[in-house]
Amino acid sequence: MPYELISGCQAAAIAVQRAGVDLVAAYPITPQTAIVETLANFEAKGELGGEFVSVESEYSALSCCNGAVAAGARVFTATSSHGLAYMHEMIQWCSGARFPIVMVNVNRAVGAPWVLDPDQGDSLSQRDTGWMQIYCANAQEVFDTVLQAFMLSEELLLPSLVVFDGFYISHTYEPVDVPEVEKVREFIGPPQFQAQVEPGVQANLHGLSKGETQLQLVRRRHEDMLRAPQVFTAINEKFYRVFGRSYKTVDATIPEGSKTAFLAAGSTAETVKWFLPELKGCGLIQLRMFRPFPGDELGRIVEEQGLERLIIVDRNCSTGTGGYFAQEVRAALYGLTVRPVIQDLLLAGGIDLTKDILAGAAEKSPGDKLVDQEWGVELK
Amino acid sequence: MAVKLSYREYFKEDALPLMWCSGCGNGILLRAITDSLADLQIPPHQVVVSTGIGCWGKADDYMKTHAFHGSHGRALAFGTGIKLGNPDLHVIALMGDGDALAIGGNHFIHSARRNIDITAVVSNNFNYGMTGGQYSPTTPLSSKTTTSPIGVAEPAFDVCGLSEQCGANYVARTTAYHVTQMKRMITAAIQKKGFSVVEVLNTCPTHFGRRNIAGDPVSVMQYLKDITVNKSRYEKMDEEEKAKYLVTGELVNKDRPDFLSVYRELNPAASETGRGESK
Ligand SMILES: Cc1ncc(C[n+]2csc(CCOP(=O)(O)OP(=O)(O)O)c2C)c(N)n1
Ligand code: SF4
Repeated sequence: MPYELISGCQAAAIAVQRAGVDLVAAYPITPQTAIVETLANFEAKGELGGEFVSVESEYSALSCCNGAVAAGARVFTATSSHGLAYMHEMIQWCSGARFPIVMVNVNRAVGAPWVLDPDQGDSLSQRDTGWMQIYCANAQEVFDTVLQAFMLSEELLLPSLVVFDGFYISHTYEPVDVPEVEKVREFIGPPQFQAQVEPGVQANLHGLSKGETQLQLVRRRHEDMLRAPQVFTAINEKFYRVFGRSYKTVDATIPEGSKTAFLAAGSTAETVKWFLPELKGCGLIQLRMFRPFPGDELGRIVEEQGLERLIIVDRNCSTGTGGYFAQEVRAALYGLTVRPVIQDLLLAGGIDLTKDILAGAAEKSPGDKLVDQEWGVELK
Repeated sequence: MAVKLSYREYFKEDALPLMWCSGCGNGILLRAITDSLADLQIPPHQVVVSTGIGCWGKADDYMKTHAFHGSHGRALAFGTGIKLGNPDLHVIALMGDGDALAIGGNHFIHSARRNIDITAVVSNNFNYGMTGGQYSPTTPLSSKTTTSPIGVAEPAFDVCGLSEQCGANYVARTTAYHVTQMKRMITAAIQKKGFSVVEVLNTCPTHFGRRNIAGDPVSVMQYLKDITVNKSRYEKMDEEEKAKYLVTGELVNKDRPDFLSVYRELNPAASETGRGESK
């Protein structure tokens, strides 16, 4: 296997190059910048197969991608934190227009104040914008997920956000199996969608519509997105046959007899997995797909394993409510006859997840609130 | 008699060493601004430095004036609010070329058009320094950056020409090499009512310098000296020769009424309310 020692950012960029895109439009921001720099280097060597342009802001980057998709191009962009927040309007335009854009967001907290740590709130706060969201736990997952995202998006005509943590994944070097360009391009194929603006055929896109039209569009988009887990599974079956790896929307590692599980997404899942042998009586549920939320699959795991307690690792906080993942899990499991106790481990701000934090949380009883001060974080 | 304020009253000495790379021109700009404020004897608490994000955008962390640290590109938008919120405050916006002209380009042209009484000090080091040297709207055509390894395909903005065309009252260009001139311009810009722009061609030896000139600060300083020519010499040049240089000096100095003066004349009733003595 052609393993390479690369960072999460490089894994994302190489995946884009392997997939083959017509245009990358981006604006630099830490900790994502290495993605667009790597792509600019591919372009300079004539290996991107498409164009690279650094435009004047993230807003312009995604607008430019929108236009290019309308013209039939396969596009990619990457951002983080304030960049993603700034794109908010275009993010919704893009899903409303059913443009199959693939974007990477590298998690970084959003200010004020100016901050760099990998809080997940930047991407999670975009959950209602009509994009599929997939969270990666290591550089190999980043590489594979970016490839798969092109197929997922083009099949459903919906944009995909591939997410991973700043620094822990973006800047850490790991061995990654990087298949050859030809093999990947053959697998993915050319863009699977039609150009909407083309010479010869007049098009009038996204003009003023009535409420009833919008109702239909929203409903259709919602129903199409609900098909994502099924399409994701089918892509992964195919992917496994060619590359020998596959992923689930939600994965579970539950040691025999464990009634407690940590639920985590992104690099925190990898951290929990690493310490699992030392966290006696605890298992791990790794959430990959966040939009659409794979609630049925999660419910099935909880019931099959008879889980009584879920500790949700939320490196984020929806002010006034708590962790995003905890909210979603509560809502998804509401219909179960026997519901597990849900405790929210709030690591907002992007602080490091250590073994002590995990062990401390595991030791608490199900009725306890998990409070930050006890993990050595002083709240002033 | 009041004690005369020195630049130390505006500069946080305990913040030393600053985060900037050795050989970066930012320290020179910072000293010039604090010197100008001291020359003008404006009490630090009457000055608000508003910044976006970038290496130069970190300058406010080193100043004892008020500091409003905003998001990337928005220093002028925040600054407009601060000035309208209390017109007695002197607002100085510190922006890199990316901050001012890429993501913040819209605010820049509208601030000049509106002629809001803000002093903009633009550090033009020809690239995005903080994020590692990508091309910006002021990167000279065909220069090498991390996002243009074989050369950038876009022409650069003429920051001063743009400011002039959009209506700024005071527009000047200098370089990190021309320290005395820089200080004189910043002082004049702060005193000017209306929108004023001082474009300082700056060194970024770490990125733009290393890829296009040389990695050592002295060569980058020399480059700034070589690519510029003062206004009096420039005006005597023919068009062909002019194209080889960037002109330095005071390029615009006029007194078009600033936004608040025009606004107050049109709407005296609204001006009765609000903060600030100078209504
Ligand atoms: C919305 C947003 N996009 C991108 C960034 C990342 N970013 C931080 S500073 C910067 C550019 C800095 O360049 P410049 O303004 O020229 O200032 P310099 O660092 O060269 O002084 C960028 C792109 C950000 N902070 N926010
Ligand atoms: S990267 Fe460039 S602009 Fe930033 S501190 Fe270093 S030399 Fe100065």
